[in-house]
Amino acid sequence: MTAYSITEPSKASKWVAGLLVAFYTIVTLLPLVWIISTGFKSGPDSISYPPKLVFDPTVEGYVNLFTSRTRISQDAPPPPAETWYDEITRDQGMVITGPSRFGERFMNSVIIGFGSTALSIILGTLAAYAFSRFKVPLKDDLLFFILSTRMMPPIAVAIPIYLMYRELGLSDTHLGMILLYTGVNISLAVWLLKGFIDEIPREYEEAALIDGYTRFQAFRKVVLPQAATGIASTAIFCLIFAWNEYAFAVLLTSGNAQTAPPFIPTIIGTGGQDWPAVAAGATLFLLPVMVFTILLRKHLLRGITFGAVRK
Amino acid sequence: MAQIIIRNLRKEFGSFTAVQGSSFTIEDGEFFMLLGPSGCGKTTTLRMIAGLELPTSGEILIDGEDVSQRPASQRDIAMVFQMFALYPHMNVRKNISYPLVSQGVPKTEVRDRVAEVARILRIEHLLESPVGGLSGGDRQRVALGRAIVRRPKAFMMDEPLGALDAEFREIMSEELRGLHDRMRATTVYVTHDQLEAMQMGDKIVVMNHGVVEQFGTPQQIYDHPATLFVADFIGSPSMNFLRFDGAVKRGASSVSLSGLDVETPEILDETAPTKLVLGVRPEHVILSDAAPYRGRVLATEYLGTSQIITIEAAHGTLKARAPSGQIAHTGETVGLTFTAPKLALFNAETGRAFRTAANQGVHHG
Ligand SMILES: Nc1ncnc2c1ncn2[C@@H]1O[C@H](COP(=O)(O)OP(=O)(O)OP(=O)(O)O)[C@@H](O)[C@H]1O
Ligand SMILES: [Mg+2]
Repeated sequence: MTAYSITEPSKASKWVAGLLVAFYTIVTLLPLVWIISTGFKSGPDSISYPPKLVFDPTVEGYVNLFTSRTRISQDAPPPPAETWYDEITRDQGMVITGPSRFGERFMNSVIIGFGSTALSIILGTLAAYAFSRFKVPLKDDLLFFILSTRMMPPIAVAIPIYLMYRELGLSDTHLGMILLYTGVNISLAVWLLKGFIDEIPREYEEAALIDGYTRFQAFRKVVLPQAATGIASTAIFCLIFAWNEYAFAVLLTSGNAQTAPPFIPTIIGTGGQDWPAVAAGATLFLLPVMVFTILLRKHLLRGITFGAVRK
Repeated sequence: MAQIIIRNLRKEFGSFTAVQGSSFTIEDGEFFMLLGPSGCGKTTTLRMIAGLELPTSGEILIDGEDVSQRPASQRDIAMVFQMFALYPHMNVRKNISYPLVSQGVPKTEVRDRVAEVARILRIEHLLESPVGGLSGGDRQRVALGRAIVRRPKAFMMDEPLGALDAEFREIMSEELRGLHDRMRATTVYVTHDQLEAMQMGDKIVVMNHGVVEQFGTPQQIYDHPATLFVADFIGSPSMNFLRFDGAVKRGASSVSLSGLDVETPEILDETAPTKLVLGVRPEHVILSDAAPYRGRVLATEYLGTSQIITIEAAHGTLKARAPSGQIAHTGETVGLTFTAPKLALFNAETGRAFRTAANQGVHHG
């Protein structure tokens, strides 16, 4: 495209577009900045009015997030502080009684989120490949049926699933939550991936078949690398859903397999409204999906075929 | 290197029959053309030979062995796809060596063979490039390289020049034919371009609507078309058809066009009066003032060394290929004679050619 082509936008419209994008960026980033900064404020700073934009950063919120504490009683003064985080709690007039459950909950989220994403992708890719390449009896009906599992709001099936899980002993287990999230995500995965695999010309596999490879080898060595883009974006969608899911997690998990989303709000309850701890929890909770998305970004951007097939 | 025999090969897709009972033989080392208009079942036939599609019925014998139900990977055949199908995530070297890796060929031998193929195809300088940036011709060469490197029993090529522009096609078709003449590998080549088929092929199968219309050398197919379809499809301009009613007698060597006798090769078939077609190639229509068969010149088209003269006659419009020096004025009435030994006679009802002394021994589909 030359600078003079009619599709080249004018300077003014570029400016307007730039301003709009900048404005949108600020609007979307503001809550994020707020959460992250609140995580580093002291308790009083976090609720001061007008809100403080400049403040003394502290990791108080993070310490509180990872610990349980009680108020120091006047009668029995505690032994002197041994560590830096002991000291931070003493400054608030508290003493650490043990670790909080946040670490555990966070790990649960990681296991369940990534586990169900992996399972959804494995099953989804295989199913999508079959739907894309083979004569499957009742293909269209099956695909619609798979999609229809996504049509009901989760809350409509929550009670039956709750009862079923209780019977099966899957309530409050990692396996149960992985299966559940996979069940929800699989429809999305199959449909998205089928679209991507449909785009990969069959000739590639056929060339591999003729070159002496088995169907499975052709799938692994030829189809998978070219579906990488689709797999990466599908994985991000699946992870975001499983990571953020709240309704099922509240209903089906408690002591053992509880994930971070139902846990974070409970932080507010312990020892007054501890906004810095909540914000610290939210910040940490945001990280994995952000990192995952950034890691897979290059796959998202890369074209599928590089134009090696002329259409 | 192999001989391939196709017997009563048939392919149905649901209720649609794409290939109906084809039979032909591809001799060892032949450059064999599958020719026909779009949708006639060429690709389907090729894919069945390669093993990408299993026939509904019929046999495919490669070197005498029936492979019709074997998977592609066990047939030892290489294929060049119309879209080249180079693996986009691998560079040129990897693309070419990929078929060898599946056979467990040792690394040093892979290197040597890839180098040899690259030298033959003159793409040595491209070996480390990604396939994405290659030109059409270079992609074509890489696709060929991937086929050659395995030294398979036979090559299948599905319109390998279809994706190239006209000018480059010419070059590549010569290159392909040259490569074949050096390697002498059995090659089955699909095209819908009759000129390409005539130029490159040792033998041609002409297909239409899933049926083999004719099978033979380019000369046989050009000179003695077995059906009206072949007569019309091959040659440019195509064969002239003079339509008339009449009977055919065994042993006769002329037909009567509205009372005017036209000399033909000796006819070996016989029919009751029916609709007939006399087929004449443009170069066998000769303008001669004295001839009793008359027509009116509609147009002339100058082609340099020759000209095409369009003439309206009582039994249809004819095109004559005449020396460019010959004078023919539009609107003028001219006499026409036809080169008798080169004429073909068809039954318009069945579309088939009558057997004559000239086309005896030509394979009919
Ligand atoms: N998998 C399939 N399912 C159903 N019909 C098919 C299938 N493959 C081919 N056909 C049909 O069979 C017929 C022959 O197809 P084929 O691809 O062999 O034609 P072709 O001679 O190669 O044509 P072209 O010159 O357009 O490539 C076509 O009408 C096509 O629509
Ligand atoms: Mg085709």
